[in-house]
Amino acid sequence: MRLDAAWYDLRDIGNAVGALLEQIREWGAPDWVPYVTSSVIAIVGILLWTVLSVLAFIWIERRVVGLMQNRIGPNRVGPAGLLQPVADALKLLMKEAITTRNADKTLFWLAPIVVFIPTMVVFAVIPFGEKMVLADLNVGVLFLIAIGSINTIAVFMAGWSSNNKYALLGAMRTIAMLISYEIIQVLVLLGAVLFVGSMRLGDIVAWQDDYGVWLLFLQPLGVMGYVIAGAVEMNRSPMDIAEAESEIVAGYHTEYGGIKFGFFYQAEYLAGFAIAAVIVSLYMGGWTLWGLEEWVPGWLIFLAKMYGVFFIYIWSRGTLPRLRVDQLMAFAWKFLLPLALLNVLVVGGEVLLWQEQDLSSGEALPLFGAVNFGLAVALVIGWALALGHRRPEKVAHRAILTQELGAIFYGDIAPRP
Amino acid sequence: MSVDLEHYLIVGAILFATGIYLALAKRNFVGVLMGIELMFNAVNLTFVSFSRFVESSSPLDGHVFVIFVITVAAAEAATALALAVLLYRVRETIDVDRIDLLKW
Amino acid sequence: MMEDTGPVVAFWILAAITVGSALMVVAVRNLVHAVVYLILSFVGIGGLYITLSADFVAVTQILIYAGAISVLLLFAIVLTPRGSRDNAESFLRLPAVLVALLVGITLGYVALDTDWSIAGRGGFEETASEIGELLLDKYVLPFEIASVLLLVAMMGAIVIVRPEGTMEPVDPSTRLRTGFAQDGEAEA
Repeated sequence: MRLDAAWYDLRDIGNAVGALLEQIREWGAPDWVPYVTSSVIAIVGILLWTVLSVLAFIWIERRVVGLMQNRIGPNRVGPAGLLQPVADALKLLMKEAITTRNADKTLFWLAPIVVFIPTMVVFAVIPFGEKMVLADLNVGVLFLIAIGSINTIAVFMAGWSSNNKYALLGAMRTIAMLISYEIIQVLVLLGAVLFVGSMRLGDIVAWQDDYGVWLLFLQPLGVMGYVIAGAVEMNRSPMDIAEAESEIVAGYHTEYGGIKFGFFYQAEYLAGFAIAAVIVSLYMGGWTLWGLEEWVPGWLIFLAKMYGVFFIYIWSRGTLPRLRVDQLMAFAWKFLLPLALLNVLVVGGEVLLWQEQDLSSGEALPLFGAVNFGLAVALVIGWALALGHRRPEKVAHRAILTQELGAIFYGDIAPRP
Repeated sequence: MSVDLEHYLIVGAILFATGIYLALAKRNFVGVLMGIELMFNAVNLTFVSFSRFVESSSPLDGHVFVIFVITVAAAEAATALALAVLLYRVRETIDVDRIDLLKW
Repeated sequence: MMEDTGPVVAFWILAAITVGSALMVVAVRNLVHAVVYLILSFVGIGGLYITLSADFVAVTQILIYAGAISVLLLFAIVLTPRGSRDNAESFLRLPAVLVALLVGITLGYVALDTDWSIAGRGGFEETASEIGELLLDKYVLPFEIASVLLLVAMMGAIVIVRPEGTMEPVDPSTRLRTGFAQDGEAEA
């Protein structure tokens, strides 16, 4: 039982916008007015929603990470600390945004803007509901990656214009991390696109709805690779080596203060939302939930799933220790890249089998899911063992000092390995 | 006012001329490389505009060629910049005016 | 022929951005600013591809040119600290201007004077799937050669930039045991 798609049908805000555009066309406006109106409404909606979400999640993240670290988070400003983000925003707005003396002034104020823009543009292709996509591009998935690759330029501009060798070094390390994990992103997203046969995000969500299965269950290697690559793209712990407070001062945004730092801070959260939104659209069914979207609005389901995925990122921040930059790079090039290539090979073979044998979806997809899961587990464990990682108890845990002292004390008895 | 093939070809010609000037006249090797990349882009723009406007039995050949040009340009940029870094290591400069050991 | 207002306005704005940025690359006196203007002109060309309904090529252009080749150029600038950063011209300024003007005028004249056989169809609908089919059907040999070319370029660049000599081998018994199997060490 579906309600009529009238303008008051809140399950899809596109209905209301569509009714408004019909009204405008009846008033006899030229052709481009409805187009521009719908774009403006969508842009204003996305802007408002992302900024408010960032404010809310600043509070949520600090409280949740505090509870995980067995302490109360901020609870002074307002009831239970709920006005803490407002206080943060006011502080950043009122602080003096110092520009260092020999900094490259044009690039210095341009860098925060160029960091902020790609993270907002990504929301243009993401389907929040059936008619709620700003621009359902035919090459949506590739568009996401291309816009994400502009982050490298912004990071370089920030590090270079600070006239600070540590900022430049931090920027170089961040760029190396970003470009390595971009390759992983392209390869794992290719796996998802191969199953669906189209790069349009609306088509991918529709495929998951039609076949009644989330791509999460069919592409475990893909999800694992994209979650990790996404964590690197948003410079988030456990991969925030480039900008954490106890590391290289603050990496590429050392010299930034005030509202310019506010832009970097907000861009990091927005990138997190963007990557969570992409994971939900591509792997977790988007705005559909196996039929629940007839009663609950699709965009609410989407937002709930997106916040859930972002919560997993907050959880990993509070729990996992930070990785060193050479560990990160070795992980990308030696571990994830071969796995992603094998994933593409296996998925290609499966799709070919599916089309050639003309199997029905009822028998093919569970088989593919089981094969992919088994392959994922076998590859992760097997490849790690092949690269030389062992369980901790098989590894020596005595430091060199103790070894040397023991050798001096006990003579030439060989130290225990 | 409509936009035709000629508009795109003029834009491509201007970009190509600018690229030639950069490739011939800049003193820094990276400047020369910027000119070469700009020339590649001008040629790509011409290919794509021909593919869109001109009668053909297989119009998307232009796009395929553009993808190959982008690929080769990336490979060439990587090799050229590796050579630039090596040249800097040996000669302590990358001014094309001063790399003149073969001058007669 | 594109006659709707939208693509025409988009073309003029994007063409102005592209040509303006390319001319600024010539004119600025700071090398890093010149690279930033070059990136802007790459993005402008990507936009021009979109007005020509070449969606796949546009996104590829932004991904590779603005995202990767620009980073290469910037890395080369950072790794050559004593190179001249003032974007000056060499002694071949005047001949270069003459050659550039000559080439530009010739190309422009040929473009305006030839009678191109304009097709009647409009823009393309969706190019990615057909480009994929062409790449694997008619142009499969250049495709494979391009992948080998990329591999060779990558290896060549790494080999060229490798430091002189090799680093001295590390004595395995003094390495800190970290849990990764080191070279020449048996697992306990």
